Amino acid sequence: MRRAHFKFSWIAAVLLAPQLLIIFVFFYWPSAQAMYWAFTLEQPWGGGNTWVGFDNFRKVLTDPYYWASVKVSMIYAFATTALSMAMALTLAMFVDRQLAGYRAYRVTMILPYAVAAPAVGLAFRFVFNPQAGVFSFLNTLSPGIWDPGQSGWQAVLTIILAGAWKHVAYSFIFFLAALQSIPRSLTEASAMDGARPLRRMVDLQLPLLTPTLFFLVIINLTDSFTDSFGIVDTLTGGGPFRATDLMVYKIYADGFRGFDYSGAAAQSIVLMALVMALTFVQFRYVERRVHYS
Amino acid sequence: MAEIDIRRVGKTYGKTVIMQGVDLTIRSGEFLVILGPSGCGKSSLLRMIAGLEEISSGEITIAGQAVNHLEPRERGCAMVFQNYALYPHMTVAENIGYALKVAGVAKAQRLARVTDVAQSVGLSEFLDRRPGQLSGGQRQRVAMARAIIREPKVFLFDEPLSNLDAKLRVQMRHEIRRIHNRIGATSVFVTHDQHEGMTLADRLVVMNKGTIEQIGTPEDIYERPASTYVAGFIGSPAMNLLPGRLSDDRRAVVLESGPRIDLPGPATGLNPGALVQMGFRPEKASLTAPGRGTIEARFDFVEELGAGRVYHLRIEDIPVSLHSEAKMKLAEGASIGLDLGHQNLHLFDGQTGRRVPLSVEMPQLAPTA
Repeated sequence: MRRAHFKFSWIAAVLLAPQLLIIFVFFYWPSAQAMYWAFTLEQPWGGGNTWVGFDNFRKVLTDPYYWASVKVSMIYAFATTALSMAMALTLAMFVDRQLAGYRAYRVTMILPYAVAAPAVGLAFRFVFNPQAGVFSFLNTLSPGIWDPGQSGWQAVLTIILAGAWKHVAYSFIFFLAALQSIPRSLTEASAMDGARPLRRMVDLQLPLLTPTLFFLVIINLTDSFTDSFGIVDTLTGGGPFRATDLMVYKIYADGFRGFDYSGAAAQSIVLMALVMALTFVQFRYVERRVHYS
Repeated sequence: MAEIDIRRVGKTYGKTVIMQGVDLTIRSGEFLVILGPSGCGKSSLLRMIAGLEEISSGEITIAGQAVNHLEPRERGCAMVFQNYALYPHMTVAENIGYALKVAGVAKAQRLARVTDVAQSVGLSEFLDRRPGQLSGGQRQRVAMARAIIREPKVFLFDEPLSNLDAKLRVQMRHEIRRIHNRIGATSVFVTHDQHEGMTLADRLVVMNKGTIEQIGTPEDIYERPASTYVAGFIGSPAMNLLPGRLSDDRRAVVLESGPRIDLPGPATGLNPGALVQMGFRPEKASLTAPGRGTIEARFDFVEELGAGRVYHLRIEDIPVSLHSEAKMKLAEGASIGLDLGHQNLHLFDGQTGRRVPLSVEMPQLAPTA
């Protein structure tokens, strides 16, 4: 491919400026600010900052509530990712087989992605409502058996289901594209070799999907860690008794409800480091095994 | 070994008819080549035999069993695809052995068979490689091995050589023929390359727009093309065709350009004055001095082939070609005679394009005085 080379000029600077400005204002500046707050003690109503070194981190990392939050975040992230990807893959395979009505199906499958997280949370609040939701019949069998507002594991289950539902669409699009890029003749060759559809799925489609699978695992995990706020906020508010207090929600709650800016900043640095480490590990150790040529 | 019987088979996509009333019997153990330009339906026909495409009407039987509603795996056919369709994530050995694995053959036995087959196609050193690490010819061999190992009743080839370079193509062609001779399965080979068709086939099928134009041995098809279409498709350069009318005594063609050319026998099947196309093969006619041949032509240009030359000439405005070993220096537009070779003339109906048989008369003995 030919590349154009330009001498540095004011035109180049002008063309680059908007993008650089956006990145700076919305990414580097807040990150730097969070970094600064994480190492100082920030007054809730403004005023001077005191340098405290690693005190904020020490406090966060010795807080049992924080570790509980890390644990439930992990559960949420892995469960949502597994559940949504399994659903997306199944649905994509059905659509790929072009069963009756697959066109309409394809369009409707993409819709959940367009719904904002708080709206998803709100919708699922009705779905899981112990008096009127889909599981309310359980309470007619034995009163109080279904109530995410009282039971911790039920609350976690509801946010996992809501989160997975929202993520299905995204994975679905990628799985479908990947399935359709498998050459038709490969499927035909394996049909000639005697493999039935299920066998073809296991021996042919899944192995050829691994690059997509890998990509989606990273995207979904990262998303589950960082983008679960809207669902938690509207569905459970972190409760009952911190059962759904995911890391990203705890940052918000500690910072803006508890006015502990510095503690929240430290938490957000830890979260950032965690996501970065996760991505690094996956790219470093997993990706190299999944490409064929 | 199995006979394949194709009866009144048709194929429509929505409202578009792409194949109609195809009848074809493929004899057990024969090498049949289906030849035609792209879009003539030859690949569709092959895929219908394989079971990869449904037929819209008619019936296909393999070894006496109707297979219309059988899945590909139940038909006992193996197929070699144009782009080889090797499984990219499996090694050569896994590719070759996949059908056996699916069939549940034990690992030790499978390995032995894979080793055998790989050796027979010269792949022994490459068993641990992935398809991506192989050359085009090697991939082709893997595709062949994958078909051979199933010991199929029927071998199907869908233009398997068209992705190879010219030299390798000839080499693989020979190899395919050798494998066929050794295994003896019924083979159906689809191609658009007439050389492949002529050289490989026991019998050739020429297809055009979803119908069969002619079925016959390569020799039949070359010597007695059933239509102007076949005449123009087989042979390089293709048969020359000159439009004209049948003479009153039906023993000659009066060309549009004027000259009258005697036929080797009377065309009893047509009315006098009927529109006809007269054909002659470029390699059966020869150049003569002006005024001494059957017909006059003007020189256009020449192509050197090494083993001979193709002279491009014009009879009036109609371009014709002539294959000859003679080396002549001619100026553009120069006049030259053409000896068409009396026995070399073919006659086709000008309306339908079908061949008109000429009842060749035995040369009459001179009456004894």
